[in-house]
Amino acid sequence: MSAAEASVSAARPAVDRRRARRRSAWRRRRLVLLLLSPWLAGFAVFFGYPLVMSAYLSFNHYDLLSPPRWVGLANYRYMFTVDPQVWTAIKNTLWLIAVMVPLQVLFSFGIASMLARAKSGGGFFRTVFYLPALAPPVAATLAFVFILNPSTGPVNIILGHLGITGPLWFQDPAWSKPSLTILGLWGVGNTMIIFLAAVLDVPRHLYESAELDGAGPFQRLRWVTIPTISPVILFAVILGVIQGLQYFTQAYVAAGVASGQASQAADVTSGNLGYPLDSTLVYPVLLYQHGFTDFQMGYASAMAMLLLAVSFAVTLVIVLNSRKWVHQGGAAR
Amino acid sequence: MRRVRALVALLVLVGACAAAVAAVAGTSRSTGPTKLTVWVGWSARELGVFQKVVAEYDQAHPNVTVDVVGSINDDKIVAAIRAGTAPDVVSSFNSYNVGTYCSSGGWINLGPLMKQSGISASLFPAATQYYTQYDGTRCALPLLADDYGLYYNKTLFKSAGISGPPKTIAELTADAKKLTKFNPDGSIKVLGLDPFIGFYENVPERWVTAWGAKWLDGQNNSILSKQPGWSQWLKWQRSYIDWVGYDKLVKFQAGLGDEFSASNAFEVGKLAMNLDGEWRVAFIQAEHPKLDYGTAPMPTAKPSLYGSGYINGTIIGIPKNGKNQAEAWDLVKWLTTNTHALAELSNGLRNVPSTQASLTSKELTPDAHFATFLKIFGNPNSTTSPITAAGVSYTNLVQNFATKWQAGKVSSLSSGLSSLDKQLDAMVKQAKGGGVP
Repeated sequence: MSAAEASVSAARPAVDRRRARRRSAWRRRRLVLLLLSPWLAGFAVFFGYPLVMSAYLSFNHYDLLSPPRWVGLANYRYMFTVDPQVWTAIKNTLWLIAVMVPLQVLFSFGIASMLARAKSGGGFFRTVFYLPALAPPVAATLAFVFILNPSTGPVNIILGHLGITGPLWFQDPAWSKPSLTILGLWGVGNTMIIFLAAVLDVPRHLYESAELDGAGPFQRLRWVTIPTISPVILFAVILGVIQGLQYFTQAYVAAGVASGQASQAADVTSGNLGYPLDSTLVYPVLLYQHGFTDFQMGYASAMAMLLLAVSFAVTLVIVLNSRKWVHQGGAAR
Repeated sequence: MRRVRALVALLVLVGACAAAVAAVAGTSRSTGPTKLTVWVGWSARELGVFQKVVAEYDQAHPNVTVDVVGSINDDKIVAAIRAGTAPDVVSSFNSYNVGTYCSSGGWINLGPLMKQSGISASLFPAATQYYTQYDGTRCALPLLADDYGLYYNKTLFKSAGISGPPKTIAELTADAKKLTKFNPDGSIKVLGLDPFIGFYENVPERWVTAWGAKWLDGQNNSILSKQPGWSQWLKWQRSYIDWVGYDKLVKFQAGLGDEFSASNAFEVGKLAMNLDGEWRVAFIQAEHPKLDYGTAPMPTAKPSLYGSGYINGTIIGIPKNGKNQAEAWDLVKWLTTNTHALAELSNGLRNVPSTQASLTSKELTPDAHFATFLKIFGNPNSTTSPITAAGVSYTNLVQNFATKWQAGKVSSLSSGLSSLDKQLDAMVKQAKGGGVP
């Protein structure tokens, strides 16, 4: 046996071992793929395909009944330069994200903090604060429009007895979004539960150490609680922003009911989406109107693409920015 | 090579034959019993009336069974056509989307079928002829019509010392002010007239008819800023709102009952006069039979226009993928042109029968309140709104402008209307797929 043959025969088992490892890895990957396949199929059919189609349709004139016709960037040009309602809808959506989302995070964190400190009746109050989250959005909105009716609603009647002239709530463009915000705050049960779990999970010894160092309640909140639960805050903010960008049901129902045309919710001629004065016309409502009452699905798809891009950009900005303030394990920064 | 050519020729021939067979099959008649499905917007009591009339058709046509499905809207119709599950006959409560249905072929062109059956569009009044076609394609026919007039509360009129309904806008304004009563705290107790756009049936197209204002020029461009009627109507509306008080009106309106309920403001006497459709006669009969009220055409800015009004109404057609199009056409033809069927439907639904002949049918149950609307329908000055490729968004954009105007959010009416004209033209161009002008 020559030296070369000896080295080849010595290398063979190593090659065989590598091949065996590769075969084993490939088998594992196939198994993983097989196990993932139901989700992958669902993702491809219900997310991937609609996304690709939506992107394609955004460059087409498509009325849902006749075949799509390529129009290039015409839908985008119309959206950015002509459509008189797009900017109103964007402004309304941004208002909700800028005002409602932070308030929801603060409110749910505040309730969670109080519940975490409750000496007795914690279970009862947890249930009370969580219950509104179980109410269907349509029913909750109907109830709020009724309660906040400026003429017959109990809130303004009580305010009247106290000598206060109540606002017009859902009937006033200046008050309609704050009214939706109150509705949003009422239903923060899900976020509150997540915050409660996070607050209860803060190690006691951190508070004890802080107390030994002379930290007061505010300092403990600032330097112990918030840094420790910062990943949950990040989660709540991202979730809130995405939900804010997709905010639809409450705005749609409130406009229909407040305009006095609840019985005609499906009547395309009612023209009351965004009532009053387009103040509740949020971006998804306008998108819905163009797609499903005007039957301009090509244009609605262009609007959806913009929404996707904005959602992605906003989330990216929050995530990148979060590195500065979110606690990544170990000591708080 | 010859073989290839022969094969290609054979394929072309087979293809052509298949296409021809398919085309014929579209309107061919089935030999056995046929089950037709009809989708309509009516529900509850009104659906029962329609089903009763259709049962007569069933009885007269032993080979056909008709299944009626109610509570249908345009969304469902479009979704079904897209999914290939559309019924044989579809009906929509209004004509705003005729432009989409006709231009897309979603509802088939009824022109050839009408010609084949010897049916002329002149059977129907001009306004209904207009709103059942788009760009020369007639893909729908009117199935009853709605027109709008003035409802007035006779008891409130008497107590205010008003002898009869107003006929001019000046009289309307004076009567509305006289009929409006305030509570000691300044809030509205009874309102003479609610002019708010968006309230109940108040939309621009139903009001501006009283000023005789047109929408489009000969080239189908929007001319709202060039028609004095538009600014005259809007200025009148604002001056009346200013007299009552915008916030007071908003608050009063918020406390009113839903339009299609027994708490309707006119029916319960909170509103002395109201613009409404002819169907309200049946609602009042069912919900408040003792209400002492009258009906009249809407007062007009020009005496020559008095007696006219806004017309729209239910339309009916055949979706492109309906399975039994020949039988479907027979039913559509019967429902839309048979005087007896239209009279029966009109009696039950208190909608206006939609052919010239049925307007004077002896089968129509006499009713003084309803007779007003039959006259409005037959008035040559009665009009409808434009049928454009933009569908309902066209009139909704005008409504959007009017609501901003009434709230005092439009600084210059003339430049606002000019800008609205441009937006409307751009919207139509966009809806046709032409992009930004």
